[in-house]
Amino acid sequence: MKVTVLVRPKAGILDPQGEAVQGSLRKLGFSVGGARVGRLVDLEVDAPSTHEAKAQVERMCRELLANPLIESFEIEVADA
Amino acid sequence: MSVRPRIAVLVFPGSNDDRDAAWALGALGADPQLVWHAESELPRDTEAIVLPGGFSYGDYLRCGAIARFAPILDAVREFSAAGGPVLGICNGFQILCEAGLLPGVLRRNRDLEFICRDVPLRVERTDTLFTARCEAGQELTIPVKHGEGSWYADEELYEELETSGQLVLRYAEDCNGSVGDVAGVCNEARNVFGLMPHPEHAVDPLLGPGDGALLLAALVDAARERTFAAA
Repeated sequence: MKVTVLVRPKAGILDPQGEAVQGSLRKLGFSVGGARVGRLVDLEVDAPSTHEAKAQVERMCRELLANPLIESFEIEVADA
Repeated sequence: MSVRPRIAVLVFPGSNDDRDAAWALGALGADPQLVWHAESELPRDTEAIVLPGGFSYGDYLRCGAIARFAPILDAVREFSAAGGPVLGICNGFQILCEAGLLPGVLRRNRDLEFICRDVPLRVERTDTLFTARCEAGQELTIPVKHGEGSWYADEELYEELETSGQLVLRYAEDCNGSVGDVAGVCNEARNVFGLMPHPEHAVDPLLGPGDGALLLAALVDAARERTFAAA
């Protein structure tokens, strides 16, 4: 089962990468009100159900993929 | 009788300050032993552990995030839980934070630059074995060299650490955007300490400031005391 994890800098946390990206986009002439840079992890998960896959990936996020002090995560399971 | 206490210096794939750390500890009277990350046990009679700087496991995912699964880390946990002194320098600090042995996390420097220079530091706490040779408020000059050294804790955690006296070392001038200009923190039991500056690069006055020796010699003192206590 294909599962995608989106890891984002938590709201309210300074994101210097995002700020640099925003500044560069503005220099290119784009009108950008904000930019935040996170991380995307595509996973192939062995699980009997979508529900189970999601539960597994949630554990992966808590134990490794995201640092709860500074990052939030979102899990998307691709439709079978 | 002079005793050279054994100090384990861990080596991860990507560590690059392990030999400098071992050299500095040797110069300060210890018997440093390099220990490969895949080992599951520390050398016999290990009295302190140093996690050196570098880029363990290529800094993949987040700095230190993968190293915490190294087999030797179980031995580090056991050693620190029993009160053994553990020092993390730079990447070693990042590993200890990711492993949950130290509070907070190290993030990308605020200005996104790799910072490599001598920085002035202020010793906030002398009630740790690592700062036992320093005076409260003493200023030390020790080099930093990192891209991800901006220490972060949310307000609640920061207050808690301040109250419990775990914020041991601060930058005496703006450096990398660390919350509260924190450069080094210890655990609640005060036997685990991590810092971004590199004391092992500031030991021989021939190469610049020698203030790093104050921190490392204190670690050697503590290790030596344990050797005597065990005898």
